[in-house]
Amino acid sequence: MFLLNILKNDRGGRWLISALVALIIAVPLLNSLPSDSALHLPTYSIAILGKYLTLALLAVAVDLVWGYLGILTLGHAAFFALGGYAMGMYLMRQIGDRGVYGNPELPDFMVFLNWQELPWFWSGFDNFGFAMLMVVLVPGVLAFVFGALAFRSRVSGVYLSIITQALTFALMLAFYRNEMGFGGNNGLTDFKDILGFSLSKDATKVGLFIASAIALIVGYLISRAVTESRAGRACVAVRDAESRARFMGYHVENIKLWIFTLSAMIAGVAGALYVPQVGIINPNEFSPLNSIEVVVWVAVGGRASLYGAVIGALLINYAKSYFTVELPDVWLFALGGLFVLVTLFLPKGVTGLMAKRGAAA
Amino acid sequence: MRGITTSIVKLLSLTLLMLSILSASLAAMAGQAQFDAYEARLSKAKFDEKAQIIQSWMSEDRAEALSLIQLMLDSQLYYQKKELQLYRVEDASRGATAVRLSDGAEVQIESKRDFKRVSINNNLRGTFGGWLATAALTDPDPEARREAALELIDAPSEAVVAQVRELSQTETDSSVLAAFDIVLAVADLYSEEQGKPAAAIATLSGTLEPAALAALTQFTASATDKALLAQANKAIDKINDEASFYAGVETVYFGLSLGSVLVLAGIGLAITFGVMGVINMAHGELIMIGAYTTYVVQLLMPNHIEYSLFVAIPAAFVVSGLVGIGIERGVIRFLYGRPLETLLATFGISLVLQQAVRSIFSPLNRSVETPSWMSGSIEINPVLALTESRLYIIFFCLFVFFALSMIMKRTRLGLQVRAVSQNRAMARAMGVRSEWVDAMTFGLGSGVAGVAGVALSQLTNVGPNLGQAYIIDSFMVVVFGGVGNLWGTLVAGLSLGLANKVMEPWAGAVLAKILVLVFIILFIQKRPRGLFPQRGRAAEG
Repeated sequence: MFLLNILKNDRGGRWLISALVALIIAVPLLNSLPSDSALHLPTYSIAILGKYLTLALLAVAVDLVWGYLGILTLGHAAFFALGGYAMGMYLMRQIGDRGVYGNPELPDFMVFLNWQELPWFWSGFDNFGFAMLMVVLVPGVLAFVFGALAFRSRVSGVYLSIITQALTFALMLAFYRNEMGFGGNNGLTDFKDILGFSLSKDATKVGLFIASAIALIVGYLISRAVTESRAGRACVAVRDAESRARFMGYHVENIKLWIFTLSAMIAGVAGALYVPQVGIINPNEFSPLNSIEVVVWVAVGGRASLYGAVIGALLINYAKSYFTVELPDVWLFALGGLFVLVTLFLPKGVTGLMAKRGAAA
Repeated sequence: MRGITTSIVKLLSLTLLMLSILSASLAAMAGQAQFDAYEARLSKAKFDEKAQIIQSWMSEDRAEALSLIQLMLDSQLYYQKKELQLYRVEDASRGATAVRLSDGAEVQIESKRDFKRVSINNNLRGTFGGWLATAALTDPDPEARREAALELIDAPSEAVVAQVRELSQTETDSSVLAAFDIVLAVADLYSEEQGKPAAAIATLSGTLEPAALAALTQFTASATDKALLAQANKAIDKINDEASFYAGVETVYFGLSLGSVLVLAGIGLAITFGVMGVINMAHGELIMIGAYTTYVVQLLMPNHIEYSLFVAIPAAFVVSGLVGIGIERGVIRFLYGRPLETLLATFGISLVLQQAVRSIFSPLNRSVETPSWMSGSIEINPVLALTESRLYIIFFCLFVFFALSMIMKRTRLGLQVRAVSQNRAMARAMGVRSEWVDAMTFGLGSGVAGVAGVALSQLTNVGPNLGQAYIIDSFMVVVFGGVGNLWGTLVAGLSLGLANKVMEPWAGAVLAKILVLVFIILFIQKRPRGLFPQRGRAAEG
């Protein structure tokens, strides 16, 4: 009942969630068909699809702050990567003595660097529950502190965009350092299993895909619940006329801060699901380009619709996979051209285009 | 009569000529014979004979003997076992070439067993080294004399000191004389004569030569006289203080040069972002285009690399400026008043430009040559040498800065730019063609970015990612300095560069950069409009 209420005005959302539920049911079935069947879905496609879904969740998080709050964040990949690192640390601890050096206590890269014991910030990560807590807590706390500073001093617009970019850039430089204790350049990789299930098994991959789909549904519903609530309306008020909202007595800073933190947490979860499916997390995930790309997914899909973000993320990532394999030279031209065309001619993105056609018909 | 005289003169001169040729070749033959004799002796000599042989050789042909000593010190002097002839061999393996010293002929080594090195032991090495050094003390080039003297500081033998003392009477070059004084002072440290060690310490305390410091430290280890020991320790402290002072000066110099790079990268952005309020994420790529223009200019004039920069600077200004105008006319003008959309669109343009460069010039870094007048360094004293390229960058940065502020303050374009940025509607009402001004301003900012690219091409690799590396730095500089303020950009760039270099020794380059970024993030919280915020109406909106 509550769910229906949330999605009352959200036709796109209803479609999206139905599609995701259908995928959750269909994918394991199609995968279990014999491999010579025409309808058989190979496992590697499932892993790629699962990866897309986590990226879509990240796009939803960005749409929440950009579409509804008007904060153009150029650093959301940082929260995504932090969640990914928390998950990566758990997966590293699961390797145990199966690493190249066979050290039961230390991950390979620490043995390689001649470290004698596990740094304090690694303790606890052998516990799945603790690691999952960190997946949301670390990005959440960082977003909270950063947002508290930035919003209280009313840094806004372009300046905010630039310092979010500086934040992710600084984190990238930091994680590239070996001394940080996160594997430096190479990051964390060579994962063996998660919760006792081997990552190389088909069933685990299907399981991770289902987990990603569920995470996307839950993340979507939470975001939608927020935008449909009073706070969500206040958000839009802040986006469209910040001073006016403030004069009417809204605590603009608090609204911005909570939504920003929530969005960072969602991004962290997306990162945590992304890592086991691609098998590696390295500092490159922090690169400013990644954050900006997410913004483009949202822009292409259509700002302030949430499902648009999902569509944009899926479309562009599919195009990226296709182009980088078939025509690697064209990809950046296409992506760059897309930025320009969408901002000039499609301010409301693909979903805006569809809505317009719907209204005309 | 006349005919006869002429023919006699001709005959005479011909005879003279023949004679002179004969005598020259006779002399050469004599020299050759001498060389052969020594050559055979040296090849077979034992260690203690070698010094004697070389010494007598030196008395006859000094230059030749010295060059042989050098070869022996470099372990490059070999002799052919059968013929007992000397060869210069860099690589004694089969197939490599050996150069016969008597006539300079090159010979292929057929078996490495044919050649044997004229070996020397440590004792000989010391003796020969000393001879080389003292020989250099009388070199006609003052710089060589000075260096030779400084070489001697480590372990001056009595004979050498005596020679230096004698030479210092006649030496006229002041820098050489100063070096001689240091050598003598080091020798005097251990003198028995009353007052001499004290005077020596006083002399040494006034120099920054590392060898002098080492000599003093060694002296304190063995000295017994309390007063002298205290004086020496004080001198060491003084030298160390001065050295760390100059290390500080060097850090400041590095900081200023890094800061100049940041200013150069940021100042074009200060125009487009600061004055026009346009977020141009393709700014870094305009820098990159400038750097590639330098590369192309050097390709076009490979024989005049020395002058290529003077062609490249205006060329880069024009190329980047035109690309900038293209971006403004093609995309940005549709997005005025929507800064976040401008950001996205220009970011797309930056991706396209990067890929274009990758497709045209390959994704690999291209090498841009540095003209020889820019390389080298100015040695201020033994512990401080300023690299010239950095110096040029600092001056170039100041030049660009003042040129740009003159354009903004003193020209018609600058006036119009300021008018449009302060109040577009009013400026238009007064007859300013605001569209034209927008295009020109953007072209100006982009052109300056291109000029910055020329400077960067001398410092870093020229590749498709050059722009990305500087875009965040440039934004930081502009935001830190305060938007719409060229002075702010200058101060911000230089101080960020300084902060980076000052922190580098104890934090490491990467951590220093992170700290600077974090500092700026915090600084923006405190002063959202930068160091020098705009005031008045222009600040609103």
